[in-house]
Amino acid sequence: MISLILILITALLFIGVLNRTRSLLSGRKGPGFLQVIKDLFRMFRKGSTFSTTTSMIFQIAPSVYFGSIIMALLVVPFADQEGILSFEGDFIFFIYALAIGKFFMIISALDTGSPFEGMGANREALYSLLVEPAFFILIGSFSMLSGNTSFYKIYQTMHFGSYESYLLCVVAGFVLIQIGMIENSRLPIDDPKTHLELTMVHEVMILDNSGFDLGLITLGTSLKFAIYGALVANFFVEPPHALIVYIQQFPQVDFKLLLLAIQIGMFMGIQFLWAVTVGVSESFRARARMNRNPLIIFTLTAISILIFFGVLIIMKKFQL
Amino acid sequence: MNYLLTKNNTTVDLNAIPVISYDDFSTDVSLLVQDENRHCVTYYGWKHLEVLKFICAIADDATAAIYLFSYELNVHEKHHLASLTHHIFAFHIFEREIHENFGIYFTDHPWLKPVRYAYDRADQNNTIANYPFFKITGNEIHEVGVGPIHAGVIEPGHFRFMCNGENVLHLEIQLGFQHKGTENLFLTKSKMSQRHLLAESIAGDTVVGHAYTFARNMEQLYGIKENLKLELIRSIALELERIAVHVGNLSALCTDVAYQLGSAVFGALRTPIINYFQWWCGNRFSRTLIRTGYNPYPLTPALCDRLVGVLDDFEKKYIEMSEEMFHLPSVLARLERSGIITQEQMHLVGAVGVPARATGIKRDIRTSHPFAYYKHVKYEPVTQIAGDTLSHAVIRDHEIKKSITLIRTFLSLLDTMPISEPQQKINYQTLALKPNQFSIALTESWRGEICHTAVTNAAGELEHYKIKDPSMHNWLALALAVRNNEISDFPICNKTFDLSYCGHDL
Repeated sequence: MISLILILITALLFIGVLNRTRSLLSGRKGPGFLQVIKDLFRMFRKGSTFSTTTSMIFQIAPSVYFGSIIMALLVVPFADQEGILSFEGDFIFFIYALAIGKFFMIISALDTGSPFEGMGANREALYSLLVEPAFFILIGSFSMLSGNTSFYKIYQTMHFGSYESYLLCVVAGFVLIQIGMIENSRLPIDDPKTHLELTMVHEVMILDNSGFDLGLITLGTSLKFAIYGALVANFFVEPPHALIVYIQQFPQVDFKLLLLAIQIGMFMGIQFLWAVTVGVSESFRARARMNRNPLIIFTLTAISILIFFGVLIIMKKFQL
Repeated sequence: MNYLLTKNNTTVDLNAIPVISYDDFSTDVSLLVQDENRHCVTYYGWKHLEVLKFICAIADDATAAIYLFSYELNVHEKHHLASLTHHIFAFHIFEREIHENFGIYFTDHPWLKPVRYAYDRADQNNTIANYPFFKITGNEIHEVGVGPIHAGVIEPGHFRFMCNGENVLHLEIQLGFQHKGTENLFLTKSKMSQRHLLAESIAGDTVVGHAYTFARNMEQLYGIKENLKLELIRSIALELERIAVHVGNLSALCTDVAYQLGSAVFGALRTPIINYFQWWCGNRFSRTLIRTGYNPYPLTPALCDRLVGVLDDFEKKYIEMSEEMFHLPSVLARLERSGIITQEQMHLVGAVGVPARATGIKRDIRTSHPFAYYKHVKYEPVTQIAGDTLSHAVIRDHEIKKSITLIRTFLSLLDTMPISEPQQKINYQTLALKPNQFSIALTESWRGEICHTAVTNAAGELEHYKIKDPSMHNWLALALAVRNNEISDFPICNKTFDLSYCGHDL
């Protein structure tokens, strides 16, 4: 439950922080943090316009997309708390729930019959395809390490304390951040601010969506950002051992509540840091050439395989 | 060979240009243009008395000479002529234009497609709606059409990509949406104030370039003597316009490759330059700055000091940002090897301006056919050899730096110049154009070579005014540059070429 609420809150603020970082770094004042929320309200108050060439698919796709993200969101745990749903193999459910939404967005883009949207759909499908092994190898490795196949248990039984596992978490954090950037069409794979239809990936797929539907897609994308942020944050929201020992000296304080407060604080801090990091990294670089994108995404799979070998070494299944 | 040899910024007696037969013309011109230093700057026809008179100007970059050829055809007959394009491809656009305007059929021309749908075109059944697009068919081929209405605030033009997956096999560029009959308006609007306004509106981003070229033609025809100081001041305006547009272009290029810092900083740097025009003449796009025969806005010592200050500040910030941009791996990786075009292709299409220089062609009117004050300074054109989008950007970068140096030189000369320029408003009613003259003016604007030619009749009135914007040559070069590139590279190629729609459509 906590994870759901936290992710909803961070989703609404995340893009605001990101855009503000970018504005400040380019020497502009930029829109306020709450602009994203205002935009969402504006869009939700409007009706949608549908092109006459589209069919029912185009009309249901945004809702399916949003629904799939909410579905995936349900299994995301927070620190040592369960998500709303938790079962063995839920990380596979997570990936394919997101994939259903993406599939519907792709066919809805094709449904419009616009050559741009077809191109965007093609690119989105390719990049999703390429990013999948990286995510599976990554979570699979942790699943092997912890002996569990649910997000909650993976995070809960993660062997913190040894240098190796910290190292793994840092590398895994990096891969997850990169996957998050790709899934949310950020630089260097895609440029969410571009006005050039020919170079867009995600943006071009939603060119025909308007009003309420566009609001759903925008909110869904923000949620996805926060979800990936949460996956990264969960690796690190473990308060240091020394702090726990220190808190336990004061018996009059409700230990559990305080720990939760610290965890929430750390979670929000990490999410904030992530948004700022994305903003900073986007401000000082150009996007990659389209045909280099698959290479960049493949690199993530390679790094995930490194994690896999790391886990094998830790588990002593693989002798150097 | 039978031609008239002349120079840039001159008038000649129309009857002094020898009229030869089309066959002679065709052989002579194709022989002459074999030399890579020579290229056709303009070739057009108009109804002169009872004949169709054609003039072709070939510029020789090595000797600063311009060869003028002329031939005449009967207005009432249908003509089938052997195409020059068959031998020299760069003539394709001129022959297409002649075909469109007069219905003359050039045999062997690869494709006499409409150019701009002139209002008085020969075949009124040719409309923008039935443009003959090139088609490639196949199961893997798909077409992507962009425009004529675009996502950004740009002019209308339709681009049709024939793609195999992400790769562009061919790009068709359809223009003509902006045709407003500019050339004919020069004749129907007889007041000079109206004509100045028209010249400034040929291409809104090249106000100084076109207005200057027009003013030179008019001065030549009015017999107004060239004033060195006036030319010096106009050279400053030309270089300022170059800086403003080049830096704005670098900003737009950065936006397209999603490099936010460059986009913001270069965008901000354009402002002080165009604001300087506002101080100088009251318009940020330098409208009303150039007038035939006099200088309406004297460059006072206070304005000179201000310009020095603006340039010093600009240069410091610009160099810092350009160092950053041209050393950033992600920007270089995006620009390098995108939209490569070879020197051979550029010679073939007769490209001019920055795109031509990006492939190593030293084609710069400031050096080869010097005008204004460039006659008295030595300017070495900036060239690159790669022909990719990065070389365009590098050329713009170097040209900005060179322009700053040039303006500083011009400013120092301005102080020491003993003469002063005419500042008194001229009443053009009291002047008369020389009758039966052909006047030519070539200018290197920021985009490339502008060529205006004017013809007067026996009564001393403008009989024909012809404008050639550098975009005329270069649009095809853009189409060639995106071949075998990814379709997502098109926006940056388009931005580096930065061609004019209305300059082409007229």
